[in-house]
Amino acid sequence: MNHESIVGHSVPRKEGRDKVTGRSQYVDDMVLPNMLFGATVRSQIPRGRITNITFSPGIPWDQFVIVSAKDIPGKNCISLIGDDQPCLANEFINHPEEPILLLAHSDRHILPKAVESVKIEYDPLPAIFTIEESERHSEIVWGEDNIFKTYLIEKGDVDGIWAKADHIIEAEYTTGAQEQLYIENNGIIAHFDDACGITVWGSLQCPYYIHKALMALCSLPAEKVRVVQMETGGAFGGKEEYPSMIAAHAALLAIKSGKPVKIIYDRMEDMAATTKRHPSRTRHRTAVTKDGKILGGEIEFTIDGGAYLTLSPVVLSRGAIHAGGPYYWPNVRIHAKALATNAPPHGAFRGFGAPQSLFAMERHMDRIAQVVGLSPVEIRRRNFLQPGQTTTTEQVIREPINLEKLLDHALELSDYHSKKQRFANENRPGNLRHGMGIATFLHGAGFTGSGERYLSSVVGVEGCADGSVRVLVSSTEFGQGTKTVLSQIAAEALALPYEYVSMAQPDTLKVPNSGPTVASRTVMVVGKLVQSAALGIRQTLISSNLLAETYAAEEFRAACQRYVAEHGEFRSWARYEAPPDIFWDDVKYRGEAYAAFAWAVYIAEITVDLTTYSVSVDDFVALQEVGKVLHPLLAKGQIIGGVAQAIGFSLYEKVVWQNGRMQNCQMTNYIMPTASDLPPIRVFFEELGNVHGAYGAKGIGELPMDGPAPAIVNAVEDALGVSFDFIPLLPEDIMDGLAASSEKNDVISAGGVR
Amino acid sequence: MTDPGDGCGKIEISFSVNGQQKTAHAYPMERLLDVLRCRLQLTGAKEGCGEGECGSCAVLMDGLLVNSCLVPVLQAEGSKILTIEGIAEGETLHVVQKAFLEFGGAQCGICTPGMILAVLHLLNGHAEPAAEEIQEGLAGNLCRCTGYSQIIEAVAEAAHRRSTS
Repeated sequence: MNHESIVGHSVPRKEGRDKVTGRSQYVDDMVLPNMLFGATVRSQIPRGRITNITFSPGIPWDQFVIVSAKDIPGKNCISLIGDDQPCLANEFINHPEEPILLLAHSDRHILPKAVESVKIEYDPLPAIFTIEESERHSEIVWGEDNIFKTYLIEKGDVDGIWAKADHIIEAEYTTGAQEQLYIENNGIIAHFDDACGITVWGSLQCPYYIHKALMALCSLPAEKVRVVQMETGGAFGGKEEYPSMIAAHAALLAIKSGKPVKIIYDRMEDMAATTKRHPSRTRHRTAVTKDGKILGGEIEFTIDGGAYLTLSPVVLSRGAIHAGGPYYWPNVRIHAKALATNAPPHGAFRGFGAPQSLFAMERHMDRIAQVVGLSPVEIRRRNFLQPGQTTTTEQVIREPINLEKLLDHALELSDYHSKKQRFANENRPGNLRHGMGIATFLHGAGFTGSGERYLSSVVGVEGCADGSVRVLVSSTEFGQGTKTVLSQIAAEALALPYEYVSMAQPDTLKVPNSGPTVASRTVMVVGKLVQSAALGIRQTLISSNLLAETYAAEEFRAACQRYVAEHGEFRSWARYEAPPDIFWDDVKYRGEAYAAFAWAVYIAEITVDLTTYSVSVDDFVALQEVGKVLHPLLAKGQIIGGVAQAIGFSLYEKVVWQNGRMQNCQMTNYIMPTASDLPPIRVFFEELGNVHGAYGAKGIGELPMDGPAPAIVNAVEDALGVSFDFIPLLPEDIMDGLAASSEKNDVISAGGVR
Repeated sequence: MTDPGDGCGKIEISFSVNGQQKTAHAYPMERLLDVLRCRLQLTGAKEGCGEGECGSCAVLMDGLLVNSCLVPVLQAEGSKILTIEGIAEGETLHVVQKAFLEFGGAQCGICTPGMILAVLHLLNGHAEPAAEEIQEGLAGNLCRCTGYSQIIEAVAEAAHRRSTS
């Protein structure tokens, strides 16, 4: 085949031109005739019973369409993993901002006043807001014991290690909630008619999640529910599950009014009411030899799931499996627990549990190093997983990953050793303290364990009448480059120019279910299926004697045109099949957790200003092994963007809670990094390849969220000699930490306690 | 928009948008953003926060960078507005738009229209801005996808190409 390779090259982003000219159609850019605007009346208390609802005078209520739980044709729930979360609260309230009533009107500007004019009276019940209150059973707010889900991962004989240990190191680490803060707020338009049923257009990640939720809510068969993704202005997990709720609301208003209904959240509503990253607490107790080898340990990983189950069991699973980091644990016991509180449900956010448990692991490695008397580099070197060894779930590392080499390379790129030495000498006088911090970590690509088998994704590739090729997937583009990379894969498989391939708009009426666009699975898993389906097109043309084994693009075009002219619709399908050597035990939580891991070493160089107590990141090296990089520019963009978001997670982004409600739900008081706040983020790839992914690719999107927080906090400790075990780490926390540490030092130097 | 009840009914407001004279029949305190999007069907400017923090609704008004969510349309009377729809010359992209495509400056695209207008504003004042000037010039436009690096590279390259062409 006379064909230059397309994968591995930075071809133009498929939808790029529309994005830079303002032509892209996001949901709020779409207008339907006679469209109404919808709004949501929400609970103002965290927990209680609704006793009365009144509509205050002064509002022309007869002009409004009003929907309550009684208007729901099917089941009053947003079905996902469980069915505990109501679409509209009927009687009981379990978190602030819980939807109760829906209003629609033709004038969107009258809606805020109308929402305020609905008076809801409650009989309040006591509520709980922390992991500690939930596990103490201060109140039982969910099920019999506030527990959504537990997992136990056990390997070897943990009870036998403590007696053999030279050191036993215990500590607790916590991480806060984080808002996804996509710049496009959530929004959905719904339309209903008897013939076609419900159609929704929206800003969303997972068309088939919404499809499933609307079927149950509206009691409609699959063919009477249609979900179409519009251009989506960022998601990061934040548009994985909550759009089902908004679609349900818009659908109910559309059914009752007989008109199209648009619901667009404003920033405050989006931040206060929709999901965030799960707050977490991780406890480590680790047995180590005097030369720094981990003998084993216990890890307790606990997350706050908020008021309903939603995706917490899956977030918990990923967090638990990543809790041991990229290290060899001969013996380990991981207890994982997701608990209920009376906050709005926490949900999917890039990394999905792993950034939380890996923050703990990587802070703990630095603590172990200190106790044993080794450097952060050496402690990691002595404990890295090696090919042939097993992870905490006893998955054998089959790929030839060499973490020591990866670490050495990152140390060199960041000039780690000489800077560390220089900072140690310089750090005493003056108000600027510098530090270096390392994080080494891994991220599993694709759904966990049996997940991909259950999903059983399907992908289609179509040979079109004009001889071009179209990819049919429900996988969505929201900035990562889905459309571009899947087109590259199809073009590569068919030996066609990239321009020959287009992507169908994700629309459940027209594309198969290629699974949700989550879990860093699109390129690796869906991409592999696109490759297979594309090869099916090629094979059909060859076996129909329309095309030779080797061909020029124009010959393909002619053959494809002829096939369609003779046979009509020309589509090739591929369905996921689990590789035969993948074994996973869902009960014991043991086996091949992921088809592939990406591996990384991140190094942060920071300065703490002792006048303001602020931390600035001065240099950031992100080195990773992600298999074959299919599109270098997009891949680099994913890593830089993820690191930036994780710098926010570490140093800026604090959700301030009061009685379960976010208080700072504005961009003016919830602070994300601006162009002035970020260092040069230097991205480097090693490419080992991956037998399970398209052209050797692994997942990439979530990995960069995992490492920056521990690297930065480790660097802060290096700069100040004071240890911080929580994020976000704000200037006031550093001030307090330094004050507490200097009091302690005063006591020690005065010959007091030790 | 409903009558805000302040006694001011709708008025005729005329201004130029992307070189074309427009007259909008609008309430004086309506946001310029809503007039552009809903009355003139120019949906390139986006609402990200509604309080002037994110910059995704940015447009140029008489050459100044403004957040159109904070501008009552009354203030636009007689002005010259430039939006993202007026940047390219027909199908020929502006040098900044081209650089955004080449350097990965647009990911999800929602901040891109406002960001590109902020870049034009910056380049009008600094023909070849240093990296720090670019960072400063774009600090009023939030992007959650890119971490800004590839935007900054795109701006530097666009500036360079513009000054050498």
